[in-house]
Amino acid sequence: MTIPTPSQTVGPFFGFAMPFEDDAHAVAPGSDGAVRIEGQVFDGAREPVPDAVLEISDGDQFARCGTDREGAFHFTVRKAPYFEVLVFARGLLRHLATRMYIPDSSLAGDPFLQMVEKERRHTLIASASEGGLRFDIHLQGDQETVFIQL
Amino acid sequence: MTEPEFEPPYLFPDYRATQLRAPRRELVRLPDEWFHQRRGPAFGRIPVKPGDADLTRQHPGEPLGERIILTGRVLDSDARPVRHTLVEVWQANAAGRYVDPVDTHPAPLDPNFTGAGRCLTDDDGVYRFVTVKPGAYPWRNHANAWRPAHVHFSLFGSQMASRLVTQMYFPGDPLMPFDPILNSIADARGRDLLVARFDPETTEPEWALAYRWDIVLRGRDATPSES
Repeated sequence: MTIPTPSQTVGPFFGFAMPFEDDAHAVAPGSDGAVRIEGQVFDGAREPVPDAVLEISDGDQFARCGTDREGAFHFTVRKAPYFEVLVFARGLLRHLATRMYIPDSSLAGDPFLQMVEKERRHTLIASASEGGLRFDIHLQGDQETVFIQL
Repeated sequence: MTEPEFEPPYLFPDYRATQLRAPRRELVRLPDEWFHQRRGPAFGRIPVKPGDADLTRQHPGEPLGERIILTGRVLDSDARPVRHTLVEVWQANAAGRYVDPVDTHPAPLDPNFTGAGRCLTDDDGVYRFVTVKPGAYPWRNHANAWRPAHVHFSLFGSQMASRLVTQMYFPGDPLMPFDPILNSIADARGRDLLVARFDPETTEPEWALAYRWDIVLRGRDATPSES
């Protein structure tokens, strides 16, 4: 087998290159079934990460959003049981992968959640908030999000 | 089979920014069969225009710097070409300055160079960009730290496991042995995979030097790496 090309950090200077038109909107805001997801990315000192870029996907839905000064991001999607989430940032030599579950889907028997310690499952589940859903990502610390090995 | 020593770790203290950003808890290992069920993102919403692969023609004038052709094949780890996949690149200008407002290095901006490009690989997995060779630039990781010249690459491939964001370096760059980002890869063979080679056959007389860099995305036989 050929050795895969190793990863390197996305660095801090992607803001002029990775964004594209309507990048955060997998579906048009206000369209039938559209839901807004907001969140923030935090580091191990609980400081916002202002230079991350996130990608979420599910089947045909794909969206990308860079974080702002408060580490905040947002997406507009059509509801699905869960989304694959990738996090890229300065200081991440490889990207991080996690999942974001939508709270009103049936989670009890989900085989992936079953693999995660009970006390940490909540880090994978978005919560209802005003006008949509909230999903924060903690790269490190007590609230560290559950990440998936690549 | 994946060779984990060819991948950088999350925590690499010499690269200071990893210290508060690397996860410390154990990562969840997906069963191998799930690993491959996760179809890659549908990147089709990211627009690719024919001119996007020539970074020297995005403005009225020509950018300053050494004009280069940057080309290679995208393969999966079973050595099959990855066709029609998106390749995104971005880089500093020839003076080592990014157009990004976050970059405060006091080197000149070039009004004729943005430094971002996109293309799709062809039927043989080939990508090709025309650009200028980026300059080295300082950063504040440690005293007198300088990044070797590099071009950022982002690729999708066909599954979640094949997503790759990385950096390509130029052969013979004297800054490479001092760069903690490149040296986060423990095995020299892994680091070598990130260095392009000068390609005299593709170099165009009286026009542009060519560098060739093949990229291997994780394919059907890939499994999660231990890290």
